Amino acid sequence: MLNSLMSYFGSTVTPGQAGNQLWALIYVLIIFTGVSVAVMAMNWLERKALAHFQIRLGPMRVGPHGLLQPIADALKLMLKEDIIPAEADQFVFWVAPLIGLLAAFTVYTVIPFGPSQAVSDMNIGILFMLGVSSLGVLGIVVAGWASNSHYPLIGALRSSAQMVSYEVAMGLVVVSAILMTSLHGIGMYGVTGNGDTGTLSMIGIVQAQQEQHIWFIFKFFPLGLIAFVIFAIAMVAETNRAPFDMAEAESELTAGFHTEYSGLRWSLFMLAEYAAMIAVSAIAVTLWLGGWMRPFPNLLNAPVWEFIFSLFPGLTFVGLAAIAFIGAARMPAHSFFKIQRIGLAVFAAALGFIALVLLLIAVAGRSADTSVAARFREGIDYVYWFVFKVAVFMYLFIWYRATWPRYRFDQLMRIGWKVMLPISLGVLVLTAIVGVIFS
Amino acid sequence: MSIHNSDSVNEVSHLDLEAPDRPYLDSNELIINMGPQHPATHGVLRVILKLDGERVLGTECVIGYLHRGVEKIAENRTYTMFNPYVDRMDYVAAVSNGLGYCEAVEKLLNVEAPPRAQYIRVILTELNRMASHQLWLGTHALDIGAMTPLFYTFRDREEILKIFEKYCGARLTTHAFRIGGCQYETYAGFEKDVKNFLTFFAPKIDEYEALLTTNRIWLERTKNVGVISAADAIALGVTGPVLRASGVKWDLRKAQPYAAYAKFDFEIPTGENGDTYDRYLVRMAEMRQSMRIVEQAVNAIPEGPIMAKVPKVIKPPVGEIYHSIEAPKGELGYFIVSDGSTQPYRLRVRPPSFVNLQALDVMVRGLLVADVVAVIGTIDIVLGEVDR
Repeated sequence: MLNSLMSYFGSTVTPGQAGNQLWALIYVLIIFTGVSVAVMAMNWLERKALAHFQIRLGPMRVGPHGLLQPIADALKLMLKEDIIPAEADQFVFWVAPLIGLLAAFTVYTVIPFGPSQAVSDMNIGILFMLGVSSLGVLGIVVAGWASNSHYPLIGALRSSAQMVSYEVAMGLVVVSAILMTSLHGIGMYGVTGNGDTGTLSMIGIVQAQQEQHIWFIFKFFPLGLIAFVIFAIAMVAETNRAPFDMAEAESELTAGFHTEYSGLRWSLFMLAEYAAMIAVSAIAVTLWLGGWMRPFPNLLNAPVWEFIFSLFPGLTFVGLAAIAFIGAARMPAHSFFKIQRIGLAVFAAALGFIALVLLLIAVAGRSADTSVAARFREGIDYVYWFVFKVAVFMYLFIWYRATWPRYRFDQLMRIGWKVMLPISLGVLVLTAIVGVIFS
Repeated sequence: MSIHNSDSVNEVSHLDLEAPDRPYLDSNELIINMGPQHPATHGVLRVILKLDGERVLGTECVIGYLHRGVEKIAENRTYTMFNPYVDRMDYVAAVSNGLGYCEAVEKLLNVEAPPRAQYIRVILTELNRMASHQLWLGTHALDIGAMTPLFYTFRDREEILKIFEKYCGARLTTHAFRIGGCQYETYAGFEKDVKNFLTFFAPKIDEYEALLTTNRIWLERTKNVGVISAADAIALGVTGPVLRASGVKWDLRKAQPYAAYAKFDFEIPTGENGDTYDRYLVRMAEMRQSMRIVEQAVNAIPEGPIMAKVPKVIKPPVGEIYHSIEAPKGELGYFIVSDGSTQPYRLRVRPPSFVNLQALDVMVRGLLVADVVAVIGTIDIVLGEVDR
């Protein structure tokens, strides 16, 4: 077992490909906890960022600057009475949030945080991803139906129609991105390995961008950009977020499909929603924004640039630690805030410690050899840039929510079918034509 | 009522409230309750919706959840004692309520408030109109899904409430006026505060408009939604911004000037299409007009007494009076019957929200559930006033 653990360490393929079940399991655990923590952090960040958009403070009471609020919320939700309405279909009601959660988390098996930093690299990765993530709608529809109540039913109907119609446009632009992997005759990425064909593998798609020296968002300008924008819109609709949050539309349907849900079951829906947001952002990053690649990996490929970019993860944590320290220093002097100040200082110290470790790793692994430190440094860089890009999308999700009113259902459908579908079809056809002409 | 054909009237008033014959999943038609506990019905309004899928076939408003018997209370209170009660009707525009009541009783007594009191009344009432429109804008935008304007409007409304608080000690239910004038002289620095507010507020209206007026989603959600024609609006007795947005230039401040309004120069903003967007524009323009009025009033505020000679015990002569003012939501009228005693024999309020709410059914028929919420917001109801 130890051998199996050590033998894989530093491998360049995913544990799924290496057939190393132990490491695959470890990756699954890391991703599961990572995503759960990310969802909690996202919860806090959304409330804080939204609050500051709206000249409020957001959570401030539980922990310094409300840092422990997500934990308090999670505890509260777990301890809350779990109500199943008398008229509800008990089994379906029980199983609905699990479907959504399962769909949202299964997607993560193929998300490439790095060339080997994924649970598995399937040769049909992107298809698997689209397929599984669209299962999420089943959870919502089933939840609305099982509640046996009007508002959830309307919410479920809305979300099923919405997700189905936006998935068409989404699928078409994804296909255009897949076409881009094979054009120029530069094939042979990922696991397909047969020449000119391009790839559906998530890792292969990123490698194709690396080989072609271009993020697909810029390829065949403006085709890649249009495809990306279509996807960026469709993914908001797909995850039922503002301004397309018709399924829960608080001011219209009280809470939409999860009106009858409470406590832990409700929190599972929230978990699934945020996990799905991260997942679709990860797809967008993988397909158009170069996945795990740092900016200009080919242009600035001198070792000194490599070193400078590898400092970014550490410096980010230095920045976070500095913000936390300033926050602690700015706490009011009153003794009431003493514990909060100490807590924030400890949090800042922890962030600083992480920063230190990351910087040390960056320094120790600066040579491009195959030593453990270098491998570690590379892995951290990959994950860092991937997470950074995804985080930008997460911020956009919050920004949308703060800025825009909600679309009406028929307008949403009109945009989906009459605007986005023709455009995405056009992009697909043009991509194919342009690709043939240029190759 | 000539605005419906008779069939549709029957359909509303005989909305089948029993459970549908078939279980609801086997039928396209749903009857659902929106409210009284619903985030977008502005309090405790209950609307029974008959839906075909999401399309509204008919509505029925059920009101009375906030009924406190204000009109009956009036019969058991002296004229002076009843004055604070009117603040509790439209509690976001309490100053207007007080103005209407005080002027009605003054008319009955045949006294007139001195000029300085009238100017103070105009300033406070117009400030209150802005506060009321701010609250409307925030909640209306929230109903349509834009969360952020709510907090901006509440931030700025706070400045108005601060002026009220400094003037009379209360922020919301101000009881600012008395029969015959005002009880309080303006505090030192009142005029400066008001002027500061005006300079502070002018760019804030632009800020709200920057968020909404040309926002594509806002346009799609409000244009041609909840259209009511001028004829329908008049037939239903709709007043205020809702009426003006349909193109009828009717504002009691101009039509039957009361207080000191005849002395000020301002315009009556009107719309053309009578849709939700026009009502939005009209109210935004009204805020700007209110600023104009306040500016003129605060610059020309005369010196002098603030209280007319009113007997300690108010005993109006036998008779009846109807006096109405232009409240932020429309025509607010008081009908008072005096039997010569210290208490009204009968007091009837004509609340703008209650009357305007009648137009809901005309406006939302054939629209979607999401529009019902938008239309409830655009009518600008306060349930305290609807139910009294």
